[in-house]
Amino acid sequence: MIKLVALIPLFPLLGFIINGFFGKKISKGLSGAIASIAVLASFVVALLIFFELEHSVQKSIPVDLFSWINSDTLKIPFEFLVDPLSSWFLLIITGIGFLIHIYSIGYMHDDEGFARFFTYLNLFVFFMLLLVLGNNYLIMFVGWEGVGLCSYLLIGFWFKNTAYNNAAKKAFIMNRIGDLGFLLGIILIFVTYGSISYDEVFSGVSGSGGTGTITAIALLLFIGAMGKSAQLPLYTWLPDAMAGPTPVSALIHAATMVTAGIYMVVRSNVFYSISAEASHVVAVVGVATALFAATIGLFQNDIKKVLAYSTVSQLGLMFLGLGVGAYSSSVFHVTTHAFFKALLFLGAGSVIHAMGGEQDMRKMGGLKKALPITFATMLIGTIAISGIPPFSGFFSKDEILAHTYEHSPTLWFFGQVASMLTAFYMFRLLYLTFYRNFRGTHEQEHHLHESPKSMTIPLIVLAILSVLGGVLGFPEFWGLPNWMHHHLDPIILHKNPSTMNHEQEWILMAIAVVAAAATIYFAYMIYIKNKVLPEAKDENLKGIKKLIYNKYYVDEVYDALIRKPVDLLGTVFYKFMDLQVVDGIVNGVGNAVNGISSVVRKAQTGHIGLYIFCMVLGIILMLFYSFIK
Amino acid sequence: MLNGIPINYYIMLSAVLFIIGVVGVMARRNAIIIFMCIELMLNAVNLLLVAFSTLHQDASGQVFVFFVMAVAAAEVAVGLAILAMVYRNLKSIDIDLLSRLKN
Repeated sequence: MIKLVALIPLFPLLGFIINGFFGKKISKGLSGAIASIAVLASFVVALLIFFELEHSVQKSIPVDLFSWINSDTLKIPFEFLVDPLSSWFLLIITGIGFLIHIYSIGYMHDDEGFARFFTYLNLFVFFMLLLVLGNNYLIMFVGWEGVGLCSYLLIGFWFKNTAYNNAAKKAFIMNRIGDLGFLLGIILIFVTYGSISYDEVFSGVSGSGGTGTITAIALLLFIGAMGKSAQLPLYTWLPDAMAGPTPVSALIHAATMVTAGIYMVVRSNVFYSISAEASHVVAVVGVATALFAATIGLFQNDIKKVLAYSTVSQLGLMFLGLGVGAYSSSVFHVTTHAFFKALLFLGAGSVIHAMGGEQDMRKMGGLKKALPITFATMLIGTIAISGIPPFSGFFSKDEILAHTYEHSPTLWFFGQVASMLTAFYMFRLLYLTFYRNFRGTHEQEHHLHESPKSMTIPLIVLAILSVLGGVLGFPEFWGLPNWMHHHLDPIILHKNPSTMNHEQEWILMAIAVVAAAATIYFAYMIYIKNKVLPEAKDENLKGIKKLIYNKYYVDEVYDALIRKPVDLLGTVFYKFMDLQVVDGIVNGVGNAVNGISSVVRKAQTGHIGLYIFCMVLGIILMLFYSFIK
Repeated sequence: MLNGIPINYYIMLSAVLFIIGVVGVMARRNAIIIFMCIELMLNAVNLLLVAFSTLHQDASGQVFVFFVMAVAAAEVAVGLAILAMVYRNLKSIDIDLLSRLKN
């Protein structure tokens, strides 16, 4: 079965081709079914391969498909790699992807671009699978660019809206900055090790000790991860990416694509294990992003924006985990985050669907009765992300924070604060959306309805996963098996075993739970007891709230620091170089020809006698010249 | 020596005839006279060719002369036809009137 791994990306590719060419001719039901079945088929194959690998002795199985690039010293086979990391990501991508495809059938059923939506979605799944399956950095890069393209297409899915198109362009350009770093990293790897295949590179790294080069490679790769996984300072595209349809936000901008950066760092863990400097940078950027984005999330009023900043913040936590060497914990958090964040986004989509497109939480409230299933599942998701045991988020977050404490208590403190803020803004979202009285129009209130089954079933499945996801990684000091840690053990080349004693771990865990519970109570006091509502008008905000509500004016700062100077440079070049210099040369040549010819044409008198005279004179001069020579 | 006359004399005569032709072409405005002057120049050359042909006892120079005469006859035929058309249009054969290319 493992030899048939190529089937996994093949199914979504087929779905993409069918929907792309015939989507307009077939019915909506059929086109949605084809796309979903394609992903389901991939999921089944991925599941079979996963279990086969579990029972296999050999944990890293390359599957050579064909020779791709073969030029002198550059030999790149098109080769897939089945190992614990890729097989786990395959399950996340196809599993969550399938649920979101089902959900999209319900969510998008009124949209005229239905088939186009599924075409893009299948293409995205194809590229994402390519990204995790490749056995060298180039295939990863192809997938990396491909998911970026699909992200662009899906953010700008409603392309008649200029703001959405701008958001799509912003995402694409921000990602390009990161991609450049990634590409340079790959080139440096090739130059240093003469190969970009994982096994050859990693054995080369373990052998040689050129720390400077390794740090450079690690940092360049991390720049790529910063772009794709929305870390400081390249995170600003992700909140704007919420312009896309909600299932896209769930699949691409929460569960899968944005975790590609995590996958890449885990895949390249050798570099980070050797280079302490690079790891430190990863950890600091991660914790800074976690804290920064969490504070912005506190005062956002758009339900999807809150979730977007929450995603940025959670990704920051994952990078914190990577930076302190807790690779398997980060993959664990990727998994649980995929469960509960996809659930939260889909729940938010269900709310938006019921509200007839309204995303502002100030106009919601009291939806608990109208949307019981959505409410119940979102409550589970919110508890899970806040880190309350025994829900899945608690286990993964705690593992990362415990490793962080071991590495540096300062980083642990900031990570802990960020996760407290998470609990606060998530419960704020829940209270504002589902509790108290309805604040929208009568029309909306009349329209409120629970979503169709195709939307609620994925919610329920994801809710179950969010509750039970924790079993994948019980804390080791509980005496229970940490399956995730064990599973990923073969791909972590430099082990980093925990040396903390059990008392410390218990204390940290207790602090985390008490802090989360206290924060939730605090949010309850504010939004339920004291019935505080967010300021209705944006202009009335003052001081720090205004600063945070406007996202610390980061977009404006980037605008002033980068866009405006570039614009100015463009204007200068246009006004001076183009209009003055280049046009001047072109027009000058024309004018010079005109001027010279207007002088020369006077010689054309039209008097035949003169012409003959000149001719004779010429002959005489030539004779004279030949005589004196 | 050709028939007791030195070759220099032939050259001188040819040169004089040629210069008369050139000056005539340059100085006169009547197209027919210019034609005649051109013929004069051609014949000056012909004379020289014949003289040298005899001097060197080589017949090819005389063959050249026949070619020149034949081409000259053709040229005159075409030229006179053009002149006839010019006269019909302008009622004159003054070449200075033919200056429309100037503008």
